Amino acid sequence: MTKPWTPRIVAFFCNWCTYTAADLAGVSRLKYASNVRVIRLMCSGRVDPQFILDALARGADGVLIGGCHPGDCHYVEGNYKMLRRFELLKRMLVDFGIEPQRVRLEWISAAEGEKVKTVINEMTQQLQALGPLGMPQKFTAWDQELEHLAQAVQARDAAAGPCPTHAAPSPTPEVVHV
Amino acid sequence: MSAKKEELRIGFYVCHCGHNIASMVDCVAVARSVEKLPGVALARDYKYMCSDPGQVLIQQDIREHKLNRIVVASCSPLLHEHTFRGATEAGGLNPFYFHMVNIREHDSWVHTDRQEATEKAKALAEAAIRRVAHHKALEIKKVPIHPDVLVVGGGIAGIHAAMTLANAGKKVYLVEREPSIGGHMAKFDKTFPTLDCAACILTPKMSEVGSHPNITLWTYSDVTKVDGYVGNYTVQVKRKARYIIEDLCTGCQDCIPNCVFKEPKFTDDFNEGLGKRKPVYIPFPQATPQVVVIDPEVCLNFKRGKNPDGSPIVSDKCKKTCVEACGEKNAIDFTQKDELKEIKVGNIIVCTGFKTFDAGRVPAYGYGTYKNVYTSLEIERLVNASGPTGGEVILREGKNPDGSPKTPKSIGIIHCVGSRDKKTNIWCSRVCCMYSMKLAHLLKEHTDAELYNFYIDMRTPGKGYEEFYNKLLEEGTHFIRGRVGEVTDWAMTPEEEGKLVIRVEDTLAGVVRRIPVDMVVLATGLEPQADAGDVRRLFNMSCGGDGWFLERHPKLAPVNTFTDGVFLAGCCQGPKDIPDTVAQAGAAAAEAMVLIDRGYVEQEPNTAFILDQECSGCKSCIPLCPYTAILFDEERKKAYINEALCKGCGTCVGACPSSSIVQNLFEDSEIFSEIEGVLSYD
Repeated sequence: MTKPWTPRIVAFFCNWCTYTAADLAGVSRLKYASNVRVIRLMCSGRVDPQFILDALARGADGVLIGGCHPGDCHYVEGNYKMLRRFELLKRMLVDFGIEPQRVRLEWISAAEGEKVKTVINEMTQQLQALGPLGMPQKFTAWDQELEHLAQAVQARDAAAGPCPTHAAPSPTPEVVHV
Repeated sequence: MSAKKEELRIGFYVCHCGHNIASMVDCVAVARSVEKLPGVALARDYKYMCSDPGQVLIQQDIREHKLNRIVVASCSPLLHEHTFRGATEAGGLNPFYFHMVNIREHDSWVHTDRQEATEKAKALAEAAIRRVAHHKALEIKKVPIHPDVLVVGGGIAGIHAAMTLANAGKKVYLVEREPSIGGHMAKFDKTFPTLDCAACILTPKMSEVGSHPNITLWTYSDVTKVDGYVGNYTVQVKRKARYIIEDLCTGCQDCIPNCVFKEPKFTDDFNEGLGKRKPVYIPFPQATPQVVVIDPEVCLNFKRGKNPDGSPIVSDKCKKTCVEACGEKNAIDFTQKDELKEIKVGNIIVCTGFKTFDAGRVPAYGYGTYKNVYTSLEIERLVNASGPTGGEVILREGKNPDGSPKTPKSIGIIHCVGSRDKKTNIWCSRVCCMYSMKLAHLLKEHTDAELYNFYIDMRTPGKGYEEFYNKLLEEGTHFIRGRVGEVTDWAMTPEEEGKLVIRVEDTLAGVVRRIPVDMVVLATGLEPQADAGDVRRLFNMSCGGDGWFLERHPKLAPVNTFTDGVFLAGCCQGPKDIPDTVAQAGAAAAEAMVLIDRGYVEQEPNTAFILDQECSGCKSCIPLCPYTAILFDEERKKAYINEALCKGCGTCVGACPSSSIVQNLFEDSEIFSEIEGVLSYD
């Protein structure tokens, strides 16, 4: 019997507020969904949009970013920098066909263990409703599709014979590994 | 030409933490699963990794099995990363070849399904295994510590911390917002449970602070700006104009009786509004420094309104009899302006204290409506020999038939006003039970009245506290268990006429009672200062949800904050009594001294640097840095980072379009491999 599907969440928490809040949730023995995997960074400002896209591409169904409340950043304003990137990235996600709700930014202070719990549980529920994103599977399908297409083109070209306007194809250049 | 890549030999350790982890995570299964991962030389589980045998195990394995990377899955890195880095280093490896996995706070303690928790632990461990392969040997930077210390707040906590440091030969700046140091303790009459006179313990300490050669005392001053980092803070202090030249004032106070106001007529805050003062005043006789203050709001030599720079307008209309009285000392200066001072310190101790709960927020108890309802702090002043009545307990309302002020014959003390109440503050203020009993004792001593204490639970956890409670019981004070419903002047019987009636459910007797009294005392709880939020931001600290400043760890770092070099002491961290406050102040002073005497602070080497050959000179990173650590070489059109200024947030790294900025300990490759790892489970 296979396990029922549950969403995978990758979380990027800043060291000073949200990571500490998650520690507090632990110390307070609050219970939340086990789908979340936390990666600690010093500041939410360190979150490169590539991290988010990479996590989604590698099979995450959602990404959660946790930072200090505006004005409380340990590094003055790293959380604002993240907010800017986040807003831009959300627009891009729509273009990619990814529901923007899959990526969430939350301000959680070191004292808000309870909020860690609520946000993670809420996000798990939302993602459960959205269903799997399944980027790795999509990549496989797309690769297959492309290969299929390439084969079809080759087959057509072979049937049509050599192209009259072009000379024989030049030999494939040697691949140089860098 | 780089040397041939060394073979990866990772040692993995999973900690049971007694039952804390092992009860929810199958530690053996985690070790067995990690064992199979590439690069892992050995995987062990052990009951307590942080214990001495646990650390020795790591060191032995490093030597015997030629390990070159260490991963420990246990509690939060905020707790024991330092411990295990130490063990790694003791084993002969660079401490940064270590990485920690949090499977307690982030796993076993927060999940309820053993299988899921175990799967999560495996995934987190795999992420660390992949990550640690990219780790590099790093060097810890040592930064010198400025030996001076700033103590903010001159209550008993600040006084004790400052004295401790000064006696150890450290230079201390003590900054206090009020015109005198002393804080709340200076207002108290006696202290529980020993009933020593608060002034007798405190005032000698205050004058010692005032005259100590190592202490620079700045009262009537605010900290307005804090820059820098541990060991090297630059602090701006605003010395508010008190219109007195402190160095010239001898504290003779001749100006006060000679003020044009013959009678004091302005509210005296030190006496909780029970007394009056003049525009020129000294807060209380033992004030330190012994320097008067002029209140420009009410002094006749000032006009109402403000200059464009915010300072009061001097009218020069007053006869200035105070200046005459001051004579040759010439200490009065009406043109004085606020002055900004800049100081350099290495450590900061924050002791900004508390405020008492505003009793008016519980209208049912009638504070502000019935004149004979008092707050506990008002009673402290009332029973105090140097208080507004000279220690005589007289009612605000009601006179004896001969016209003299009335003393109360019966007094009710209501506990937990603004404490242990979901409608106001949820916490127990810790001191109210004890100070209520102290006030009951003092009031009985002063008035011989019948005393009633209305309590929810008696909380007397402290040395000699329960004994004090027993003493009070023997003295004949009544203790009635129940939260008071209301205080009313609505009399139902002739005995209740002209009295305040306390309505309460006596939960031990199981009846609702009406108790008529002459005076009601509200044992108001403790709250964070109104401006605690601003102070917190100023010093880059954190607050709990209740508004008290947050300590780094309740047990392991109770006086540290999340900002290195900023320490906490006293009630700004949470309600506590004087013995605890003093103990904490001593601890904070000791923590500061640790850094000063060591002379340097080790900085986490998580700073960023720019790969020169990759940088395109786009300058995107430069405006992002809050510390202006990124500079631009105009000649070569490349950015570079001043490592001394970089604090390691990594904001520039996340923003660099060509990935040419690298943050030590948080390199892109490390994080990408961590992402890959956490998603590696089925």
